Amino acid sequence: MRYEAPETIEGAVKLLAGGGPRGRVLAGGTDLLVQLRAGMIAPELVVDIKRIDETREIREEGGRLVIGAAVTGAELGEHAAAKAMWPGVVESAELIGSTQIQGRASLAGNLCNASPAADTVPALVAAAAQCRIAGPGGVRRLPVEEVCTGPGQLSLDDGEFVVAFEFPERRPRSADAYLRFIPRTEMDIAVVGAGVNLSFDDSGRCAAARVALGAVAPTVILVEAAGRALVGTECDDAALQNMAAAASAACRPIDDKRGTVEYRTKVAGVLATRAAKIAAQRAKGAR
Amino acid sequence: MAATSNGKANGATRWIGTRPVRPDGVDKVTGRARFGADVHLPNMLVGKVLRSPHAHARIRSIDASAALALPGVKTVTTRDDFNDLSSEFVPAGEMLVNYRDVVRNVMAREKALFEGHPVAAVAAVSEKVAREALALIDVDYEVLPHVLDVVDAMAPDAPLLHEDMITAGVEPTPTKPSNIAKVVEFKLGDVAEGFAEADIVIEREFSTQPVHQGYIEPHSCIANYSEDGQAELWCTTQGHFVVRGHCAKLLGMDVSKLRVTASEIGGGFGGKTVVYLEPVALMLSRKSGQPVKMTMSREEVFRASGPAAGTRVWVKIGMTNDGRITAGEAVLKYQAGAFQGSPVQPGCMCAFAPYDLNHVKVVGYDVLVNRPKVAAYRAPGAPQSEFAVESVVDELAKRIGMDPVELRLKNAAKQGTKAAYGPTFGPVGLVETLEEAKAHEHYRAPLKEGQGRGVASGFWFNIGGETCATLNLGEDGTIALVAGTPDIGGSRASLCLQAAETLGVDVERIRPLIGDTSTLGYTFLTGGSRTAFASGMAVVEAGKDMIRQLCERAAKVWDIPVDAVEWADGEARPAGSNAGEFDPLSLADLARLAGKTGGPFVGRAQINAQGAGPSFGTHIVDVDVDRETGRVTIERYTVIQDAGTAVHPSYVEGQLQGGAVQGIGWALNEEYIYDDKGRLQNPGFLDYRIPVCSDVPMIDTVIVEVPNPTHPYGVRGVGETPIVPPMAAIANAVEDALGMRFMDLPMSPPRVLKALEDARIAEAA
Repeated sequence: MRYEAPETIEGAVKLLAGGGPRGRVLAGGTDLLVQLRAGMIAPELVVDIKRIDETREIREEGGRLVIGAAVTGAELGEHAAAKAMWPGVVESAELIGSTQIQGRASLAGNLCNASPAADTVPALVAAAAQCRIAGPGGVRRLPVEEVCTGPGQLSLDDGEFVVAFEFPERRPRSADAYLRFIPRTEMDIAVVGAGVNLSFDDSGRCAAARVALGAVAPTVILVEAAGRALVGTECDDAALQNMAAAASAACRPIDDKRGTVEYRTKVAGVLATRAAKIAAQRAKGAR
Repeated sequence: MAATSNGKANGATRWIGTRPVRPDGVDKVTGRARFGADVHLPNMLVGKVLRSPHAHARIRSIDASAALALPGVKTVTTRDDFNDLSSEFVPAGEMLVNYRDVVRNVMAREKALFEGHPVAAVAAVSEKVAREALALIDVDYEVLPHVLDVVDAMAPDAPLLHEDMITAGVEPTPTKPSNIAKVVEFKLGDVAEGFAEADIVIEREFSTQPVHQGYIEPHSCIANYSEDGQAELWCTTQGHFVVRGHCAKLLGMDVSKLRVTASEIGGGFGGKTVVYLEPVALMLSRKSGQPVKMTMSREEVFRASGPAAGTRVWVKIGMTNDGRITAGEAVLKYQAGAFQGSPVQPGCMCAFAPYDLNHVKVVGYDVLVNRPKVAAYRAPGAPQSEFAVESVVDELAKRIGMDPVELRLKNAAKQGTKAAYGPTFGPVGLVETLEEAKAHEHYRAPLKEGQGRGVASGFWFNIGGETCATLNLGEDGTIALVAGTPDIGGSRASLCLQAAETLGVDVERIRPLIGDTSTLGYTFLTGGSRTAFASGMAVVEAGKDMIRQLCERAAKVWDIPVDAVEWADGEARPAGSNAGEFDPLSLADLARLAGKTGGPFVGRAQINAQGAGPSFGTHIVDVDVDRETGRVTIERYTVIQDAGTAVHPSYVEGQLQGGAVQGIGWALNEEYIYDDKGRLQNPGFLDYRIPVCSDVPMIDTVIVEVPNPTHPYGVRGVGETPIVPPMAAIANAVEDALGMRFMDLPMSPPRVLKALEDARIAEAA
């Protein structure tokens, strides 16, 4: 196995598009290295992107937050501006694994591992974040929800990798929240995850709502009907019930060792409701 | 926190009841302690096991020629290297093992009986080569139908694990084989008469899932077999003398030719009382002529080492309207795994042990299924049967509106109670734990909306057994204490305290060591909560032996009769008419003079410890149930238990807390998930959910001390009883919160939510 740690985006693209065997991108490695050790994968090339500055930075570009692909959960959790603008995204990153894992695990790794249960992905989708993707054809942008096409499958082309996440401009009276259900209190994988991002107008009505669910379908899903159920309402109990029903209706989960179809479908609505309440609370207290 | 937190168990002792830093503590926190996988030898090979991918399959042939041809592979072993052994039962922990089965469990013979059953092993120069070699071994399997649950396994048309197994313990002897290895029955009085006296009779059926001991350190050993037929073995085990016996039997060796050293141990809980890798490593070393090290992965630990039995338990209890229990009856069906020997017998014996009853009948079935052979796990067999009984007792209390602690007090076993399994109890502390529970602030604290509180009691026998100990007095008056029972719960600290108390010397002057099998006489393993009791007794005897020698030597120095010398506060003093005639001789003085007065001092004891006092406990737990997700949260937990005498209260508390936490996992989340081919789907801590720290509150403890009269300091074993009450206590608390009784474990979120949803649907209809 060949290990490379280029210091530029171009260098990484060159390696990944190099015509040889398809390489694997290494960010924090908290999934990749575990899979290597378990013998699940045996890549001939591993490209570590952590030495590329753009992947390690959290920046504001014209009021929009940009988070580098390899920024860790711990770094994100200590970034005041990121927490203030996107508390749901930050909390989704912070609850992955243990304190030790937090020092390595990254947003892009969580996304590109392409697990339907990835914690940050529903929060990123609810936030309408876009991936800045570098490749042989230059840089392109892709909504987060379009990156994964199935468990373990990505829509990225050969030579492409995620450099950073770009967030939309944050409007007043807006906030997001993420909740997951695990049977334990930590060190576990989501049985259901729910990210909700809300904006309210100055009359207190919901102006925009995005609801995304994890671990209830082959990929994280953006449930537009659930968002629509809240828009124009004050997110009262009736609206939340409609939203929960829409969320549960959108679930297409499987029975596995982590949960049943019935359980996941029911709890998706419960968590979406609870996350929406938290987001609404935060939005009312915001700016 | 504890009744004995201020240093002394009572005014009469100086060291018993104090809390010195454990002698093994510094090495453990600095990483210097050597666990099973920490020994390395020159020319060491790595051994790896090939395991059956099938839950049940006949092994037609095994071809290892391609593996042997791989460069770096030194040898391969299969069933062909192990002699078949005839049926012979020997003790291992609190359970019996049959050598005919042990040899088949460490290496499959006619059939693979569970997924993960070893079918071959290789020794190679590296782990990588060993793994490659495993892939080159060609095993021809005839896959057979499998069975995982006791009910299915007991069906007349069930696939048979052992085609020649005839159920023992039934008259007349069955003519057809089955998966039922054994039926046992315990009777006291006449249950029909007892139920006739009852105003209320409740019968219920319960099920529990197999649960793993969950020790953090996986099984590991290193074997070094020499050309002259002798061997050394280092391994992580609860009993190296037992390992020596098993391995010598399987390898056809004299026990004197096999020296076994127990490493530091990273948890056992009963699961390290049997052998898995050890005989295989010895065989690989014998065949290769090189040392061989073998370490299981976590996945192998789950697939191939012993869980506690999954069970089905039916319980029927009768009671009068004023709360007197008139009869108890139960039928227990326990999974044994692939070979006979589930702990159904202790399960039967413990089921009604907390109660003073006239009429009891318990029948137990030992049932084979295509799962790993069960191993001892903390009070083996008792948590499952007592979960069922303590749940029904709680329901009876609710039925007549009596406080559940009062109901237990009214029926509690006490000194003089004849237990259904035979003996009459001596002094026991159940009533004392119940009185403590009733008086505890926790029991009266207000509950928040939606929360529930449960209580349950539990019992475990505790055992004694064959035990040796030696005290070697150094020339400066310090002492090396050698015991033969591996320390799995702070026992070295406890043994040093008992030696210090006996000799009257500072505990810091005593340094403990777990001796290897050549340094001491046969010593049974650490299990049955016997170590603080039995090794403690041996240490006290060894101390008395040394005191006798010290007094003799002082008498010689002073030239007075030995009966005119007394030992007090760590020194020999002239007594009687000679009192005050000579300056006392301290331990250090006598040690210094040893060479001039007759030679070194060694105190020895070899005993068969009898009279282990049983231990009772009572637990109180508060839970909160999330009605929308089914999650049960443990809000508050108090363990109250009789320790006889708490030698080192911190480690007694640790045992009580650890047992409760393992019980919480058993109650709420732990289970094995199999696919339809009998393959385990969750062989790791990610999806086999033992509790993490943040899942549990600080577990409060109250130590009750009803001294055990047969131990010099009143010690009872404490390690096992605390895992008995949690499942029922939590189920009773959930019932209190929801008005809904769970009889099937675990009470995992999907199961609780489904019950809540079903109840909502039923209510709506």
